[in-house]
Amino acid sequence: MRHILAILLENEPGALSRIVGLFSQRAFNIESLTVAPTDDNSISRITIATIGNDRVLEQIVKQVNKLVDVIKISELTDRKHVERELLLVKVAASNSKSRTEVKRITDIFRGSIVDIGKQIYTIELTGNSEKLNAFIETLSNETEIIESVRSGCVGIARGEKAMRV
Amino acid sequence: MTTELFTGAEMVVKALSALKVKYIFGYPGGSILDLYDAIFQQDEIEHILVRHEQAATHMADGYTRATGKVGVVLATSGPGATNCVTGIATAYMDSIPMVVLAGQVPTTLIGNDAFQETDIVGCTRPIIKHSFNCRDLAEIPNIIAKAFYIASTGRPGPVVVELPKDLLIPQNKAPFNIETNVKMRSYNPNIKGHPKQICKAAKTISEAKKLVVYSGGGIILADASQLLTTLVETLKAPITNTLMGLGGISGTHKNFIGMLGMHGSLEANKTMANADVILALGARFDDRVTNNVEKFCPNATIIHVDIDPTSISKTINAHIPVVGLVDIVMQQLLDELNEINYSPDEEALKDWWQQIKVWRDIRSVSYEQGANEKIKPQRVIEAMYKITNGEAYVASDVGQHQMFAAQFYPFAKPRQWINSGGAGTMGFGLPAAMGVKLAFPDKHVICITGDGSIQMNIQELSTCKQYNLPVVIITLNNRSLGMVRQWQDMVYGGRHSSSYMESLPDFCKVAEAYGHIGIQIDTLDELDAKLEQAFSIKDKLVFVDVLVDEKEHVYPMHIRQGGIDDMWIKKGVKT
Repeated sequence: MRHILAILLENEPGALSRIVGLFSQRAFNIESLTVAPTDDNSISRITIATIGNDRVLEQIVKQVNKLVDVIKISELTDRKHVERELLLVKVAASNSKSRTEVKRITDIFRGSIVDIGKQIYTIELTGNSEKLNAFIETLSNETEIIESVRSGCVGIARGEKAMRV
Repeated sequence: MTTELFTGAEMVVKALSALKVKYIFGYPGGSILDLYDAIFQQDEIEHILVRHEQAATHMADGYTRATGKVGVVLATSGPGATNCVTGIATAYMDSIPMVVLAGQVPTTLIGNDAFQETDIVGCTRPIIKHSFNCRDLAEIPNIIAKAFYIASTGRPGPVVVELPKDLLIPQNKAPFNIETNVKMRSYNPNIKGHPKQICKAAKTISEAKKLVVYSGGGIILADASQLLTTLVETLKAPITNTLMGLGGISGTHKNFIGMLGMHGSLEANKTMANADVILALGARFDDRVTNNVEKFCPNATIIHVDIDPTSISKTINAHIPVVGLVDIVMQQLLDELNEINYSPDEEALKDWWQQIKVWRDIRSVSYEQGANEKIKPQRVIEAMYKITNGEAYVASDVGQHQMFAAQFYPFAKPRQWINSGGAGTMGFGLPAAMGVKLAFPDKHVICITGDGSIQMNIQELSTCKQYNLPVVIITLNNRSLGMVRQWQDMVYGGRHSSSYMESLPDFCKVAEAYGHIGIQIDTLDELDAKLEQAFSIKDKLVFVDVLVDEKEHVYPMHIRQGGIDDMWIKKGVKT
């Protein structure tokens, strides 16, 4: 099963490598990982999407929590949450048919075209991972995907409760 | 008034002294010379010069296991630091507090593949509790204070501190500030057991008919052996110890049913397999204990007390997990039992002990010694036990001799048994024994070893000479890598692939060459007298080379992939 974990940790050199090292050392899976400082610059927030059964997840949470740099860890997928991922994709748009079609699909998915070249469109799309998958699939039926990059997902719990130090 | 300024090297020494460090174990080299210069100019801390950095880590480790104080290691950058890796891993696996100060090339050269540059923080990342890169010399004292705090609290473990050369040189100075009362927002070791879990545990214990206490190295680390003994006597239950937990309760206590696991006693493993409640205290259900986890103690309700939540339900699912320091949790448990007016079910206990007696009477931990046969290794351990009244510190290497010592030297007290249980590091024994001897010069300190293990750090005989560390080395010399050979006999059709030691040195002459005494024992009739002689020499290191029967195997032994109580009792005899 897919789980999304939010981790608050000290924004110190080596802290990220400890997390990544832990996952490889203990043969845990990383589907995606994103990291950036929070509004408090001394703290970074990592979002990890991982796959594993309950037993593996329990170990992941405990092992991450055991790292000295880690302040808090919380699983987002066991409650209501908002999850977003950013996609930038460069597609072939060399004739008017493909340009029209790409524009139409982009509008339907509520993406936006952020750059135009002679032969290409660059599109930005935000959403949960499934929406991004669907968009790429739809696009690839219409035109050639030249390059794509995804940010990996970030997430936050719904409601009043906040994850803060 | 001007603030006094110090170099980074001086700060390291001042910080260590503020933390009451007495010894540093290490080896100098280019990037760490400024620190050695600072050590030279003070006399509060003594530096012990080893002959290989691995030995420095094991020596610090042995010192720590015997005293409970954090061991400090000092090594230069590059190979000096990487030589520490095995010792750090050894300490990590057995949760031994250790601080390793590793030199590094100047910050301006880091990342340039400079001479003797190795990313030691990167190298050691999976085998440390935490590590620090120092980048500002003013931070050094507090980083060292944090390193000690992290190493010694919660589940203890090794901490590496990397010290680049430009932070230590005389040209750079800063004021010295240290906060020894460390507080960290990201690190708060959980200390007390959750009251609800304690209640559940007490209730489960009070309803048990076949209770067993299974305790490990956590008891030793927490200095909780007295409390453990009280608890066991309150429960009147059988108790078994892991390899790391030996001495947690006296090996001659009437409730002690021996070590459990791969080479544990049959009664210990049978008792575990048939228990209805297992109270696990500071033990981690290691694979050398459980055998096949699918078949592990199917009928037992498991109460697992450990300071490290990751140890709980990692291999074996715990029904009642209790996270906390084992001594505090045991006291909570005793209080709760008192609260609920606990008294053991005497009738059930009687049946339980009667059953255990049947298993005990099989005498699974035994051997046969014919008068004209080669010396049996177990016989040497028994002689060693007798001569030292069971009071010696025994530091072991890794292999058959380690198991024989664990089986045939019942330890009366915690911290008497010093061995590399988790990592199984050959070469651990001698330097560990040296660390113990340094702390307790008036006690018998034995290094029990084999002809394979001793050669992995034999150069330390030189350190023993320099610092006058008269340990007694007893080598069970079977002219082969005994435990490897045993597996080859049992599992690999008797094909002794690279387990036979050709061209062994004359160990007695080696010892003599280093300025020590060598005693050779070849036959059974000379064993006791010559061992007596060895232990009567107090002021010199004695290397006893005992030729033992190379065909002897360690029994009992788990049958691979079986349950915890599926065992070979002796050659060709299964449970």
